[in-house]
Amino acid sequence: MSAAPGPAGLLHSVAGAFRGFARYVQGVMGADAYRKYLEHHAAEGHGTPPLDERAFWRDRTDRQDSNPQGRCC
Amino acid sequence: MGTMPEDGTRTADGELNPAPNGSLPPTSVDDAVRDAEERRWTPAKIAMWVAIALLGGVAWFMLAVVRGETVNAIWFVFASVCTYLIGYRFYSKVIERYLLKPDDRRATPAEYKADGKDYVRTDRNVLFGHHFAAIAGAGPLVGPVIAAQMGYLPGTIWIILGVVLAGAVQDYLVMFFSMRRGGRSLGQMAREELGVIGGTAALVATLLIMVIIVAILALVVVNALGESPWGVFSVGMTIPIALFMGVYLRYLRPGKVMEVSIIGFVLLMAAIIGGGAVAGTEWGAAFFHLDKVTIAWGLIVYGFIAAILPVWLLLAPRDYLSTFMKIGVIAMLAVAIIVVRPEITVPAFSEFAGRENGPVFSGALFPFLFVTIACGALSGFHALISSGTTPKLIEKERQTRFIGYGGMLMESFVAIMALVAAISIDRGIYFAMNAPAALTGGTVETAAQWVNGLGLAGVNITPDVLAQTASNVGEESIVSRSGGAPTLAVGLAHIMQQFIGGTGMMAFWYHFAIMFEALFILTAVDAGTRVARFMLQDSIGNFAPKFKEASWRPGAWLCTAIMVGAWGAVLLMGVTDPLGGINTLFPLFGIANQLLAAIALAVCMAIAAKRGSFKYLWIVAVPLAFTAVVTITASIHKIFSSVPAVGYFANNAAFSKALADGKTSFGTAKTTAAMEAVVRNTMIQGWLSVIFVVLSIIVMVTAVLATVKAFRNTAAGVPNVNNEDRPHPSRVYAPAGLIPTPAERELMAEWNKLPAEMRVERAGHH
Repeated sequence: MSAAPGPAGLLHSVAGAFRGFARYVQGVMGADAYRKYLEHHAAEGHGTPPLDERAFWRDRTDRQDSNPQGRCC
Repeated sequence: MGTMPEDGTRTADGELNPAPNGSLPPTSVDDAVRDAEERRWTPAKIAMWVAIALLGGVAWFMLAVVRGETVNAIWFVFASVCTYLIGYRFYSKVIERYLLKPDDRRATPAEYKADGKDYVRTDRNVLFGHHFAAIAGAGPLVGPVIAAQMGYLPGTIWIILGVVLAGAVQDYLVMFFSMRRGGRSLGQMAREELGVIGGTAALVATLLIMVIIVAILALVVVNALGESPWGVFSVGMTIPIALFMGVYLRYLRPGKVMEVSIIGFVLLMAAIIGGGAVAGTEWGAAFFHLDKVTIAWGLIVYGFIAAILPVWLLLAPRDYLSTFMKIGVIAMLAVAIIVVRPEITVPAFSEFAGRENGPVFSGALFPFLFVTIACGALSGFHALISSGTTPKLIEKERQTRFIGYGGMLMESFVAIMALVAAISIDRGIYFAMNAPAALTGGTVETAAQWVNGLGLAGVNITPDVLAQTASNVGEESIVSRSGGAPTLAVGLAHIMQQFIGGTGMMAFWYHFAIMFEALFILTAVDAGTRVARFMLQDSIGNFAPKFKEASWRPGAWLCTAIMVGAWGAVLLMGVTDPLGGINTLFPLFGIANQLLAAIALAVCMAIAAKRGSFKYLWIVAVPLAFTAVVTITASIHKIFSSVPAVGYFANNAAFSKALADGKTSFGTAKTTAAMEAVVRNTMIQGWLSVIFVVLSIIVMVTAVLATVKAFRNTAAGVPNVNNEDRPHPSRVYAPAGLIPTPAERELMAEWNKLPAEMRVERAGHH
């Protein structure tokens, strides 16, 4: 991103950096899973509509019930 | 390089066209271009690496050779970071180039099995953080603290060199091989590569090892919370907080993960601050003052309930909280150490480095130092994470070096910081905190007298200092708080109060540290119990197929009860152990973890041999041989040593004899019942050691046999069985490491020019 000189430009680039960091943390936490699912669904060109957000998260944790992921020491 | 591996039986259908679709740009940087780029040494590049090497060399010199009164903590940071950079740039490159030979023209499981749910291409930097959060927990925070008994240098050398030559190698290899197999688990790979005997031994060993690891992690929490009303309250509050988060995410605002994590974090801070107020009241101090046995039982009951509750209610929200804390805590620790730069007064080698009767953990430096520090140097548990989850998310094959090898370097750095935090406190306090009550006597007077009587250079502690430290951190006592977590918490509080808040904030920082360690451990306990339960259900399912159905309640509950019962029994043994549990059991934790590493490396060796990479097999064989020698020697000590403090059976014999002689107290056990408990515990621990080592030797022998067979096959021109998934051509591109190289940038620009409708959807966002 090209920041304009001056305090406004600095503020702009700080805000941009913060947004980037927030997006990164979201990715690490897996908060963007639904968005990625929608992207995948759109790219695959299924005839069926995608799951809505509530159903997607429900399905996600319910599948973890029978498919546990290890966490390390 | 660049051609598909030709040692497989499936190569007939594996011919990949370098440009799978004429209209798409290449999916990999041209091998010749990359080669030229890597081999071109500009003066700036040379100067940079010379500077890194020099700085690292000076730092190692300051740590290992200069013997001043003190050494500054910043040298630990320089020595580790420079060594990691060199290991990453040069050694992992050797592994990539000669042993693994990744091919970006080949699609990863996240691409060819993409389902938008489990198999999702993930931006490499995001996946790095994700993988790191999955592998790092309380382990690297605890082991180095306990190992500090020997002085700072042995632990530092092992953490830094161990990770470069062994730990990161294991993680990288397992991740790569699992990725080539569609994200198969370590157990499945063992069965495929080593046959029924080796595979079954690996499975049973993994199950037992998980029981031990969960039990001893739980022991660390129990020791940290025993007789600490503040700690019990604030850690206990994590349960209702997690339940609230779970309901919030399920019913109120589904998918708002960040939002709920921030709410959870605020509640967590409130619980820590509130814990101080509650522990300050008379009723609070009385109600939350629990002895260790009660806490252990509480944890066992909790563990069972948590493992049968649906994931969304407790496990998933606490995992978010734990990940959120992990990122914050690690950053905080790094900034604090770099800003405060504490002076370390601990000697490089302590008086206990040459003895095998240390008060913190028993056993000689070799092999026990190498099992006491497992996580951070070499952790077998990582093989379970590096196979399975992460490989299903990798975008391009070449990124495994950054995520697998690099992720483990990061964990090693956490271990170094934990070591620095722990050794920044006074040595007298360290030993008073980490020796069992049977030695310190449990009071500040007896503890000070005992510590001063050890004859440690420069150590002269008064009861007042111990009492003052306890009151600073808001605890009734810090004497005999073994397990590593409280020591790290005191060290962290000591550093952080110089940075933010002064002495008045020490109690907050102490309980903040206890809180995140407990949070990491409880997450590992829940997840470990669940994973172990599924493994057990799967194994029983081979005889009674009904057990394979995950949704069959009686089977799930029975298997959960068996697993919780198993780790609960070991936990209770540790809690009631007259020697304080950690002293005798922590080595078993390390041995278990390193044996798992030996199993993982053995599987990797067999796979590498079947790919025909004999010339570079030493990359796997050297760490495998080292960890095999360390764990087998440690096991032999634990089984056959005639020193009761070291050998389980020697201890058993000593106590049996005392009972037979009609004594009513012996050594650290003050009653006949306690003596009988020692006899029982040592027998179980002894046989566990025997079973572990025998199973692991079976796995290693079958791996060596598979390797020899692969060598003979190759010599005779017979193709080896290749269990990799059939190659699929890739249709996406992304750079391999943190910073794209010029050639990678050029290729990215080409992809960016592509019209949107021709691009496969992007992975993540940068």
